[in-house]
Order: sequence, then structure tokens, then C-alpha cells
Amino acid sequence: MNMSPHSNDKDYQLDEPLAPKKTPLEEFWRLFKKNRLAVAGMVFFVLFFIVATVGLVLTRGKNPVIDPSRVRLEDKLRPPLARPNLEMLQPDEVPKLGVYIFGTDDLGRDVFARMLQGSWVSLTVGFVAVGIAVIVGIFLGGIAGYYGYRHVRVGQLLAAAFLIAGAVLLIGKHIWAGAALLICGAGFILIAPLMKKSIQGTTQPAWARLWLFNTISIDTLIMRFVDIMLCFPSFFLILTVVALLPASIYNIMIVIGLTSWMGTTRFVRAEFLTLRELDFVAAARALGLSNFRIIFRHMMPNAVAPVLVSATIGIATAILTEAGLSFLGFGVPPPNATWGNILSDGKNFIFDAPWLTFVPGIGILIVVLSFNLFGEGLRDALNPKLRERN
Amino acid sequence: MKISDNEILLSVQDLKVYFKSEDEIARAVDGISFDVRRKETVCIVGESGCGKTVAALSIMGLVPIPPGEIAGGRILFRGMNLLDFDDTEIQKIRGNQIAMIFQEPLTSLNPVFTIGNQIGEAINIHENIPDKEVIKRSQQLLKDVGIDSPAERLSDYPHQLSGGQRQRVMIAMALACDPDLVIADEPTTALDVTVQAQILRLMNAIQKRRSMSVLYITHDLGVVSKVADRVCVMYAGILAEQGSRTNIFTGPKHPYTQALLASLPSREKRGQRLYSIPGTVPHPAYKPRGCPFHPRCPHAIQTCREQYPGMCDYGDGHQARCPVLFDGNGANWSE
Amino acid sequence: MDGIPSKSGTILQVEDLKKYFPIRRGFFQKITGWVRAVEDLSFTIGKRKTLGLVGESGCGKTTVARLILKLLEADEGKILFNGLDITKLDEKEMKPLRKEIQIIFQDPYGSLNPRMTVGQSIAEGLKIAGFDNRSETQQRLEKLLKMVGMSPAGIDRFPHEFSGGQRQRIGIARALSVEPALIICDEPISALDVSIQAQIINLLKDLQDQLNLSYLFISHDLNVVGYLCDMVAVMYKGHIMEYSPADALFDNPVHPYTHLLLSAIPDTERSYTSDMNAIGDEPANTLNPPVGCSFRERCPISEDRCKQSDIDFKKVGDDHLVRCWKVAKDGSYQFFS
Repeated sequence: MNMSPHSNDKDYQLDEPLAPKKTPLEEFWRLFKKNRLAVAGMVFFVLFFIVATVGLVLTRGKNPVIDPSRVRLEDKLRPPLARPNLEMLQPDEVPKLGVYIFGTDDLGRDVFARMLQGSWVSLTVGFVAVGIAVIVGIFLGGIAGYYGYRHVRVGQLLAAAFLIAGAVLLIGKHIWAGAALLICGAGFILIAPLMKKSIQGTTQPAWARLWLFNTISIDTLIMRFVDIMLCFPSFFLILTVVALLPASIYNIMIVIGLTSWMGTTRFVRAEFLTLRELDFVAAARALGLSNFRIIFRHMMPNAVAPVLVSATIGIATAILTEAGLSFLGFGVPPPNATWGNILSDGKNFIFDAPWLTFVPGIGILIVVLSFNLFGEGLRDALNPKLRERN
Repeated sequence: MKISDNEILLSVQDLKVYFKSEDEIARAVDGISFDVRRKETVCIVGESGCGKTVAALSIMGLVPIPPGEIAGGRILFRGMNLLDFDDTEIQKIRGNQIAMIFQEPLTSLNPVFTIGNQIGEAINIHENIPDKEVIKRSQQLLKDVGIDSPAERLSDYPHQLSGGQRQRVMIAMALACDPDLVIADEPTTALDVTVQAQILRLMNAIQKRRSMSVLYITHDLGVVSKVADRVCVMYAGILAEQGSRTNIFTGPKHPYTQALLASLPSREKRGQRLYSIPGTVPHPAYKPRGCPFHPRCPHAIQTCREQYPGMCDYGDGHQARCPVLFDGNGANWSE
Repeated sequence: MDGIPSKSGTILQVEDLKKYFPIRRGFFQKITGWVRAVEDLSFTIGKRKTLGLVGESGCGKTTVARLILKLLEADEGKILFNGLDITKLDEKEMKPLRKEIQIIFQDPYGSLNPRMTVGQSIAEGLKIAGFDNRSETQQRLEKLLKMVGMSPAGIDRFPHEFSGGQRQRIGIARALSVEPALIICDEPISALDVSIQAQIINLLKDLQDQLNLSYLFISHDLNVVGYLCDMVAVMYKGHIMEYSPADALFDNPVHPYTHLLLSAIPDTERSYTSDMNAIGDEPANTLNPPVGCSFRERCPISEDRCKQSDIDFKKVGDDHLVRCWKVAKDGSYQFFS
């Protein structure tokens, strides 16, 4: 065999990367493109966004360009594409486009204008609610996934209990009692590191052992809380809260958000549990990077994919929930239009003015369907990327 | 058709298997020919991406078609071309006359069925015998592969066994219907070294007892040196060299084989620099013109870049696809 | 094993290292048993030297790597890096030392963050090492990639655009970015093709010469260990069974498990045969028995005495230690001639 070892002094001539340059975004787009329905969903998603923003601009303020609350009793219950009754109307009551595109409702209001106004509500409710859910979910899921194996000590539980009790009492206006408990709780937190340092090495006195005794793990704590939240039928929970609080769009958004973070938590925790065992995380720890940096800079971008998918589908669900609330009368108060309350107003006139039901109904259908298709397309396109093998 | 000793049991002739996708054709197997004789152990050795697994799967008809397609060649088993068989006919052969053992014993066994269930299934598909017989045969098979207390093992689930034991079960399933040929795809790669040695010894013993032929697919030259009668070295879908074990290890005649052997670390080479082959294995869809190895070959000449080399015969069944090392100037080039 | 003198040329010295993992059951996670991952472990690595840690799956070699990196806390024992016992340090004190000990992994696919470019992955280390300046970072990145034989064009690419061997080199570049003194190589070539293995082995050797590195080379492949390592420690179920210079291990293996390993390695150049053959396969679930030699179930020469007490190291030559009571002072067994 005449393979001289010296024939290879530069045995690794500078290695070029194999494939032509493709960022993960280009790679994702190539896969996503193949799913026509998903692309259609995305197009509608973007369209909806544009319509909602334009709608907001056109219908807000005292003298909006297109007025959703202008009452025209002469022209009530007109079908779609009907011409306005020009003899009976004031000049400024005439719809801007010359026809009632979607007809009018029982108060003569232009359904098209109301749909425009309502689209902004739907959009905001969808995004803000999901935004809250995602933030809470990522936070809790990340902690459960990364720190989950650590246990909560008795001392920490006591401190937390005191702090929460103190805060509650303060809110309930019992200043002295509340402040006292808060200070105790804060004190417990401060003592802990001192205690750990002082008893290192020597035999621990019984009370210190009890203080530092490990109870349940953080993972158990968070996930059982998730289970408890899942036990509540969320729609009825939302109804209850909304009925008790003053009716405002912000309350609705927050409540929907705070009752839909559980799924995200589970996804993120699952991803973190897997990621934590991967070598690149060990490498980051070996380099000495801080836990904060590892969680947010290294692990989070990898865990985000399932969250994106559930977020897009969550927007659709939030919109449906809001429509349901408005339909039942618990939503945004009149005269603000939402697609749900257009539906609600129309239920009394189903046979006389079916468009009052169909128009918002089909609108909701298209938006929810397109968001769902988009979300599924995202999931399929992101999946092979995560399991990429050369 | 009864095959006597030393006659050819399996003959692969100019096999071509391609994979088509929307923008490229991957030529995974690009014209290989080799024979397996009765009672012989043949090893197909090569690195990842050389096409050895696709070749083995195509013998059993397990290549997914589409995106794969058999673009040419014949696979003669006992004189019959397996590529002409339809689904029902090839199912009669699978597990019965040709059996296969896979790499990952963890995933090759179904985790929700007991061992007894799975071995029994292998038997029941091809033979119609009463249940008591099946159990007796399963126990005997487990004993043959060296598993203690076979009667109890039959009711175990795969996760209750170790990696070595699972691989033995896989071997037992392969032997269930007394096949003539066993194809083993990297059977010991996932196992510890000491368990690997035991499994190889076991296969050897079984082969002798049952007069079976074995076709090993592996990347581990050490394993090849222990078990092979004949060796086929594959590179980028072609057969670079084939011959007896002695031929290949003491007198390789293809630059790729020579380079592989020179790059193996060993205690004897301590202090010397290892030979390492520059460059990387070509993508099956973007192979260079001419000889697929020429960009990495220290002996390449101009003709190597333009013409596809033919097989050069060194006698005694030893062939290498390199005319440069054969006679230097090109009696054996083909397009 | 107290009393191993710390020679001045020692970069890492491990003494009586012990790590047990608790098995917890139930809602309150009560401890029902222990997995004895690493026990009574001692070895030294000299400056510019390579120690090979050989063993099969489950022997604890990965646990050793994580203990040395302080990704896991040892239960007992000392880890002396340049004479300083790092087991006693807390996280804050350990942080500046982390750059001295780095690791390269077995799986080239999981060892790089798929969402960060090559440049970003390597630059994380540069930040720690104190290179914050943008232009200096760029220069250093290019230098590091060239040092491992990769073109600087790779800086903006993502890991999935590279082959296994190339990714392994990127991992090496990342380890080098903080200028360590010791690199733990955890089976760095097992997942690579044969022709690429030689490239990486040559690279590791070159880097050792150029940068005065020490290596802890973990592998199950005795061929590579025999080629690359100065000292070898053979591990089985958390214990070191034999500890000797590489040449002595191959010329004069003593422990039955070493015999087993050597006769099992498929070797193209020579055939090592031994009268020792293991009894049976590794059983599926192995929790270590409390006392006695952990190899006795598979050992062809085991006796009752092997169950009765823990076995200590015995010296059978210069720097050659064996954990078997049947070994005479000259390394021979009673029936093994």
C-alpha cells in the first residue's frame, strides 16, 4: 500500500459548506409555499390585518369617514347592494360608496361600516389575548422546563405565603396587617442565603433543616397549577369574570388571555425538557454563560415553533370567543360594533333580514378558517426544519 | 431448484436504483454487480451515502417506489429475477427464503407486543402450524441464539431486554423460517464492543450449522476483517473493488480501498500521521464526471476526469474499478 | 487512593470521585435507591498529554466528563485543576475558570444550536474570553475557523448546511475560542465516517502540539485510544478497572475486562485472542450491588471473594494499576501463563 502520509500535509484543505446558502427563512418559505391552502390562509391573514387597520382609521372619531353608528330609520333592514333612499335621507346620511354593500340593520345602520369597525375589535382581541397567553405561557413553561427539577423549600413556601397574604390584605385596605406580613415575607427571602452560608459544612440544627427541607418540585407546582386551570370550563369562567367586571374591551382581552395560556405552557415546557439535554446547551453552560442568557438567547428560539403554531390558532379561537361573548350580550357595550353583536342583533330578524346573520357569520368563518390553515401550514413547514438531518 | 454448494445463490447484475425529486436525480446505486454463494459470507462495506443500504433494501423489494425506482439491472435469486416479482410473490420470499436483520434493535422490535408474539408472527406468516408447535419452535429459536430461559423470555416485552438480547431476538426472528440468505444491515453498530463480538460469533456459528449465506452491510472494516469470505467496497453508488478478504486487506487495488485502510487508526501507527482522504463524499445527485472518486484520488490522471472506468480483473475473483493502478494507461475505460 | 503525588506537570488530578444519582418515586419524590454512576475514581492528566477513558455504555464516562466540567456536583472527592480543588468552588468562583476546561461532543448534529449561525455559536465563547470588540471578534472568528480547516465563508451559515465532520470541526473551534488548557473529547469521532475520523484525529493532534493542550479522550474504540493516548483508564460500571500507560495496556493487559475489550475489538491488522470470554450478555436493568467487584457477574474468573468486599487498586508496574485481587505483583494470574 503506497499511501504516503506526507502526501497529505494539508489534508483538510479549507472546507467549504456543502449546500448553497439558504437562511432558515428561505428554507421555511420553500416548504411553506408547497401547501396552497396554507398560503391562501396567510394571504387572508394579511388582508384581514389591512382591512382592520383601514377600518379603524375610517370609522373612528366624532366624524368618521364611514360612519358605523349613523341611524337611518327610513332605510332600515335594506338588503345588501341596495340603493339608499335618496329622497328621504339627508346628504350626510348617504353611505359614502353609494350603495349599502352589506345592507342595513334594524336601526338603519350600514352593516359594512359596522363590519369594518368590528374587524378592528376582533383583531385587537385576538392579538392581545394571545399575546398575554403566550407571554405567560413562555414564562411559566420555560421555568418549568429549565428549573423544574429543583425543589421548593419550606422556607420559600412560607415566604411566598406571607407575601401573597400581605399583598391581598393591602389591597383590601388593611394597611398595618398587610404591611407586617409583607415585611415578614421579605425578611424570609433575605435570610435564606445567609442561612445557607452559615450552616455549610457543620451539622445543621433541626429548625434549619426543616426550613431548607425540599417539598415538591417547581415542575410539579407549575404543572398542577396548569391542571387546575384546565379544570375550569373556560368559557363559563370568562363569562363569570366579564359579568363581574365593568364591561370594557380591555377586560375581555385580558380575561381571555389569562384563561388560555395553559397549552402554550405545556408546549414550551416539553420543548425545554428536550432542549436541555442537547449538547449545545451543555456547551453553553461549559462556556460559563449565565442561565438567563442560555434560556432566552440559546433555547427560546428553538422552542418557539410550536408556540407560533398554537398562537395563530389561538387568535382564531379568541376571535370566536369574543364573538360568542358579544352574542350573549357580555361583550363590548353598544354602540361599538363587533361581529358578535351584529350577529346578536340579527338573530331577531333571521327570516326577514338573513344578511344580518350571514354577513358577520361568513366573515368570522373566513377569518377563523384562514388562521387555522395558516397555523397548520406553519406547523408543517417548521416541523421538518426542527428534525433536519443531512 | 436445489442449489448445491458453491453455486451462486444470489446474483446482482448491474443494479441501478435512482431517487427522483422535483429538481434532481439521486443515483444512489449506479450499476453494481456481485454474487453470493451458498454458505458464503459477503460484506458490502462503505461509508454513509455510498448506497449500500439501498442496494440491500432493493434485494428485498423494500425501496419505496416512488420516489425510488429501479433504473436497471437484475437481481437473480436461485435463477429467478426478483425485480420481476409482484408484491404477493416477493412477500413469499421475504422472511421465508431471504430474511433481514436491521441496525437498531430498539426500534426494529414492536414495543407493544411480546417477544413470543413477534417471533410467532414471523413463523405464522409463512407456515401453517398449530400454536403449540409455534411456541415450541420459538423456544428452540431463542435457545439457538443463546438466550437463557427461553420459555420465560417469550412473554417479555422488548424494553425488558438489553440491546444484545434484543438483537439476538431479531436474529431469531430472521431464522424462524430457515432462510437461505440473511441480509444483515449494520447489525452490531448500535451495540457495545463486547456484545458485538458475541453477536458476530453467534452469527458465524449459526451460519455453519444451517449452511446459510449471509450478506453483511457495514461501514466497519474491523467487522469485515473478522467475518467476511468476500468483500465488496462501495463508493458513491459504484462498486470500487471486490475480492476475497485476503485480497482486499493485504493487497487492495483501488485507491479508495487503499486510502480507507491507511486512514484507520491503530496502536501500531502511533506516532505516524494518519492518512486522511481530502474532500468529502459526493452527493448522489451531483457526482463528478468520469470516476466518482477522482477529485479525492492521489493517482488521478486526466482520463479519470472524463471517462468512467471499467472493472479490471486481477484474477481469483479480485476486481477493482481503477485502470490507472491496473496498467497505468487505459485499456479498461468505458463511457 | 490518597497520596498520588501531584507532579508539577499535572493539569488535572481527580481523587476518589463519587457521584450517586437518587431514584425517586411517588408524589413527594421519596428516594428509593441509588444509581452508583461513579465511584472511587482517581486519575491524573499531565500537561500536553492525553488520557484515554475507555468503557462501554453505562460505565459512567459521560458522568465523569460532566463532573469535571462542574455541570454536575460531585458527592465526594476532589478535582484538582492546576492544584486548585474546584469541587469546593461555588458558581461565581467557578465562572472565570470555566474557560480553562472545554468539551467537544459526540453528536455533531446536537452539539450546535440550529438557530444560531456558526459565527454566533463560536462568538459566544469569545465574549466570555473578553473579546467584545466587533472587528476583533471577526478577526478571531476567521482565525479559529482556519485553524480547524474551515473556510471563513462559513461564519454566516447555519449548522444544517454542513456535513457531520465539518460540524465537528466547528465544535472544536467553539471549544478553542476561550483558549482552554484542557479539552474533554467525549467520543468525538464515533458518529463520523471512517475517512473523516482520520481528519479529525489528525486535527486534534496538530492542535495539541500547536496550542499545548491536554485531552481527556473518552471513547469505546481501543484502536483510536491506542493511537492517540499516553495513559489509558479502563472503566466499568463507575470504577476504573485498569490504569496504565497506553503501551503497557496493549502489551501487558492484566484485568479480565481489559482482556475482554481487547479481544473484542475488530482489528484489521492483528488478531488479539484471549482465553477470557465474558459470560452472557449485559442484563437489562443494572443497579449496582452494594459491595464487591462490579464486574463479577460477567467475569470468567470470579469467585466468592469477589462479592465480599470492595476491591482496591493494586500496583503491577510503573504507573500500572489494576483493580483485581487475583493479580500478583508481577501482573500475572494464577492460571494465566
